Amino acid sequence: MTVELLGWAITTAQVMIGLAMGCATYRILAGPRAQDRVLGLDTLYVNGMLMLLTFGIQTGRTLYFEAALVISLLGFVGTMALSKFLMRGEVIE
Amino acid sequence: MNQAPQLGSLAAMIVAFLVLAGATMTLIGSVGLVRLKTFNERVHPPTIGSSSGMALIVLASIICFSLLRSRPSVHEILIAVFVTLTTPVTFMLLVRAALYRDRIEKHSGTSVGNQVPEHQNPRN
Repeated sequence: MTVELLGWAITTAQVMIGLAMGCATYRILAGPRAQDRVLGLDTLYVNGMLMLLTFGIQTGRTLYFEAALVISLLGFVGTMALSKFLMRGEVIE
Repeated sequence: MNQAPQLGSLAAMIVAFLVLAGATMTLIGSVGLVRLKTFNERVHPPTIGSSSGMALIVLASIICFSLLRSRPSVHEILIAVFVTLTTPVTFMLLVRAALYRDRIEKHSGTSVGNQVPEHQNPRN
Protein backbone atom coordinates (compact mmCIF):
# COMPACT_ATOMS: atom_id res chain seq x y z
CA MET A 1 0.00 0.00 0.00
CA THR A 2 2.73 2.43 0.96
CA VAL A 3 4.68 1.53 -2.17
CA GLU A 4 1.61 2.52 -4.16
CA LEU A 5 1.39 5.76 -2.16
CA LEU A 6 5.03 6.47 -2.96
CA GLY A 7 4.37 5.82 -6.64
CA TRP A 8 1.43 8.20 -6.73
CA ALA A 9 3.39 10.84 -4.79
CA ILE A 10 6.26 10.66 -7.27
CA THR A 11 3.88 10.84 -10.24
CA THR A 12 2.11 13.86 -8.72
CA ALA A 13 5.46 15.53 -8.09
CA GLN A 14 6.44 14.94 -11.71
CA VAL A 15 3.20 16.53 -12.90
CA MET A 16 3.83 19.54 -10.66
CA ILE A 17 7.40 19.95 -11.89
CA GLY A 18 6.05 19.64 -15.43
CA LEU A 19 3.66 22.51 -14.73
CA ALA A 20 6.59 24.50 -13.36
CA MET A 21 8.50 23.83 -16.58
CA GLY A 22 5.45 25.08 -18.48
CA CYS A 23 5.52 28.32 -16.47
CA ALA A 24 9.21 28.78 -17.26
CA THR A 25 8.53 28.12 -20.95
CA TYR A 26 5.79 30.75 -20.89
CA ARG A 27 8.29 33.24 -19.50
CA ILE A 28 10.78 32.32 -22.25
CA LEU A 29 8.19 32.79 -25.00
CA ALA A 30 6.36 35.84 -23.65
CA GLY A 31 9.02 37.64 -21.62
CA PRO A 32 8.95 41.29 -22.59
CA ARG A 33 12.72 41.69 -22.64
CA ALA A 34 15.78 39.56 -23.21
CA GLN A 35 16.74 39.25 -19.54
CA ASP A 36 13.30 37.78 -18.76
CA ARG A 37 13.91 35.10 -21.34
CA VAL A 38 17.31 34.27 -19.87
CA LEU A 39 15.70 34.03 -16.42
CA GLY A 40 13.06 31.65 -17.79
CA LEU A 41 15.76 29.53 -19.42
CA ASP A 42 17.66 29.20 -16.14
CA THR A 43 14.45 28.22 -14.31
CA LEU A 44 13.71 25.67 -17.03
CA TYR A 45 17.14 24.11 -16.55
CA VAL A 46 16.72 23.83 -12.78
CA ASN A 47 13.23 22.36 -13.14
CA GLY A 48 14.46 19.82 -15.68
CA MET A 49 17.21 18.80 -13.29
CA LEU A 50 14.66 18.25 -10.50
CA MET A 51 12.47 16.26 -12.90
CA LEU A 52 15.42 13.98 -13.67
CA LEU A 53 16.06 13.51 -9.93
CA THR A 54 12.45 12.37 -9.44
CA PHE A 55 12.86 9.96 -12.38
CA GLY A 56 15.93 8.60 -10.60
CA ILE A 57 13.95 8.04 -7.39
CA GLN A 58 11.16 6.39 -9.38
CA THR A 59 13.33 3.89 -11.24
CA GLY A 60 16.08 3.45 -8.66
CA ARG A 61 18.86 3.90 -11.20
CA THR A 62 21.97 6.09 -10.93
CA LEU A 63 21.92 6.98 -14.62
CA TYR A 64 19.47 9.84 -14.09
CA PHE A 65 21.67 11.38 -11.43
CA GLU A 66 24.52 11.81 -13.90
CA ALA A 67 22.17 13.33 -16.46
CA ALA A 68 20.91 15.76 -13.80
CA LEU A 69 24.49 16.76 -12.95
CA VAL A 70 25.28 17.43 -16.63
CA ILE A 71 22.08 19.46 -17.03
CA SER A 72 22.85 21.65 -14.01
CA LEU A 73 26.37 22.25 -15.38
CA LEU A 74 24.99 23.20 -18.82
CA GLY A 75 22.43 25.51 -17.22
CA PHE A 76 25.13 27.34 -15.31
CA VAL A 77 27.36 27.76 -18.36
CA GLY A 78 24.45 28.77 -20.61
CA THR A 79 23.04 31.40 -18.28
CA MET A 80 26.51 32.79 -17.62
CA ALA A 81 27.26 33.08 -21.35
CA LEU A 82 23.90 34.72 -22.06
CA SER A 83 24.41 37.21 -19.21
CA LYS A 84 27.84 38.11 -20.56
CA PHE A 85 26.29 38.54 -23.98
CA LEU A 86 23.56 40.85 -22.64
CA MET A 87 26.18 42.86 -20.79
CA ARG A 88 28.80 43.37 -23.48
CA GLY A 89 27.39 42.12 -26.75
CA GLU A 90 29.97 39.36 -26.97
CA VAL A 91 30.66 36.28 -24.91
CA ILE A 92 34.45 36.04 -24.93
CA GLU A 93 36.37 39.30 -24.92
CA MET B 1 3.92 4.34 -15.13
CA ASN B 2 3.11 4.13 -11.46
CA GLN B 3 6.21 2.27 -10.36
CA ALA B 4 8.14 2.98 -7.19
CA PRO B 5 11.14 1.58 -5.32
CA GLN B 6 10.45 -1.12 -2.74
CA LEU B 7 10.95 0.71 0.55
CA GLY B 8 9.60 0.17 4.03
CA SER B 9 6.38 1.90 4.96
CA LEU B 10 7.90 4.65 7.13
CA ALA B 11 10.69 5.35 4.63
CA ALA B 12 8.20 5.39 1.76
CA MET B 13 6.04 7.95 3.57
CA ILE B 14 9.06 10.14 4.36
CA VAL B 15 10.33 10.01 0.76
CA ALA B 16 6.83 10.72 -0.61
CA PHE B 17 6.44 13.73 1.67
CA LEU B 18 9.88 15.13 0.77
CA VAL B 19 9.36 14.70 -2.97
CA LEU B 20 5.91 16.31 -2.85
CA ALA B 21 7.17 19.22 -0.74
CA GLY B 22 10.07 19.83 -3.11
CA ALA B 23 7.82 19.76 -6.15
CA THR B 24 5.40 22.17 -4.44
CA MET B 25 8.24 24.60 -3.74
CA THR B 26 9.38 24.41 -7.36
CA LEU B 27 5.86 25.01 -8.63
CA ILE B 28 5.39 28.00 -6.31
CA GLY B 29 8.64 29.51 -7.58
CA SER B 30 7.74 29.08 -11.24
CA VAL B 31 4.21 30.45 -10.77
CA GLY B 32 5.81 33.49 -9.16
CA LEU B 33 8.02 33.82 -12.24
CA VAL B 34 4.86 34.05 -14.35
CA ARG B 35 2.78 36.27 -12.09
CA LEU B 36 5.07 39.04 -10.87
CA LYS B 37 5.17 42.28 -12.82
CA THR B 38 8.66 43.71 -13.20
CA PHE B 39 11.97 42.04 -13.94
CA ASN B 40 13.52 42.96 -10.61
CA GLU B 41 10.66 41.21 -8.82
CA ARG B 42 10.82 38.23 -11.14
CA VAL B 43 14.44 37.47 -10.25
CA HIS B 44 13.45 36.37 -6.75
CA PRO B 45 10.93 33.50 -7.09
CA PRO B 46 13.01 30.97 -9.11
CA THR B 47 15.47 30.82 -6.23
CA ILE B 48 12.76 29.11 -4.14
CA GLY B 49 12.88 26.22 -6.58
CA SER B 50 16.64 26.16 -6.85
CA SER B 51 17.28 26.31 -3.10
CA SER B 52 14.57 24.67 -1.01
CA GLY B 53 12.91 22.62 -3.74
CA MET B 54 16.28 21.26 -4.83
CA ALA B 55 17.29 20.57 -1.20
CA LEU B 56 14.10 18.62 -0.42
CA ILE B 57 14.25 16.48 -3.56
CA VAL B 58 17.98 15.79 -3.09
CA LEU B 59 17.27 14.75 0.52
CA ALA B 60 14.53 12.39 -0.68
CA SER B 61 16.92 10.94 -3.25
CA ILE B 62 19.65 10.44 -0.62
CA ILE B 63 17.25 8.62 1.73
CA CYS B 64 15.83 6.48 -1.09
CA PHE B 65 19.18 5.37 -2.53
CA SER B 66 20.75 4.81 0.91
CA LEU B 67 17.91 2.46 1.86
CA LEU B 68 17.82 0.71 -1.52
CA ARG B 69 21.51 -0.15 -1.43
CA SER B 70 21.70 -0.45 2.39
CA ARG B 71 24.81 1.71 2.49
CA PRO B 72 25.24 5.49 2.70
CA SER B 73 24.83 6.99 -0.76
CA VAL B 74 25.65 10.66 -0.77
CA HIS B 75 26.57 11.42 -4.36
CA GLU B 76 23.52 13.69 -4.67
CA ILE B 77 25.39 16.10 -2.39
CA LEU B 78 27.36 17.02 -5.53
CA ILE B 79 24.24 18.44 -7.18
CA ALA B 80 23.23 20.30 -4.02
CA VAL B 81 26.66 21.92 -3.59
CA PHE B 82 26.95 22.78 -7.27
CA VAL B 83 23.50 24.38 -7.61
CA THR B 84 23.86 26.25 -4.30
CA LEU B 85 27.19 27.69 -5.42
CA THR B 86 26.25 28.61 -8.98
CA THR B 87 22.73 30.06 -8.66
CA PRO B 88 23.73 33.31 -6.86
CA VAL B 89 26.63 33.83 -9.28
CA THR B 90 24.46 33.54 -12.39
CA PHE B 91 21.68 35.71 -10.98
CA MET B 92 24.15 38.40 -9.88
CA LEU B 93 25.58 38.48 -13.41
CA LEU B 94 22.11 38.54 -14.96
CA VAL B 95 20.84 41.36 -12.74
CA ARG B 96 24.01 43.35 -13.37
CA ALA B 97 23.50 42.96 -17.11
CA ALA B 98 19.85 44.05 -16.73
CA LEU B 99 20.88 47.13 -14.73
CA TYR B 100 23.44 48.02 -17.40
CA ARG B 101 20.82 47.70 -20.14
CA ASP B 102 18.31 49.80 -18.17
CA ARG B 103 20.90 52.50 -17.67
CA ILE B 104 21.81 52.58 -21.36
CA GLU B 105 18.16 52.85 -22.31
CA LYS B 106 17.58 55.70 -19.90
CA HIS B 107 20.56 57.67 -21.17
CA SER B 108 20.24 57.21 -24.90
CA GLY B 109 16.47 56.97 -25.13
CA THR B 110 16.67 53.98 -27.44
CA SER B 111 15.96 50.42 -26.48
CA VAL B 112 18.69 47.80 -26.70
CA GLY B 113 17.57 44.85 -28.78
CA ASN B 114 13.98 45.39 -27.81
CA GLN B 115 11.05 45.93 -30.12
CA VAL B 116 8.75 47.56 -27.57
CA PRO B 117 8.91 51.38 -27.74
CA GLU B 118 9.92 53.36 -24.70
CA HIS B 119 6.55 54.99 -23.98
CA GLN B 120 4.73 51.67 -23.90
CA ASN B 121 7.26 49.97 -21.68
CA PRO B 122 8.63 52.59 -19.30
CA ARG B 123 10.38 50.58 -16.59
CA ASN B 124 9.99 46.93 -17.20
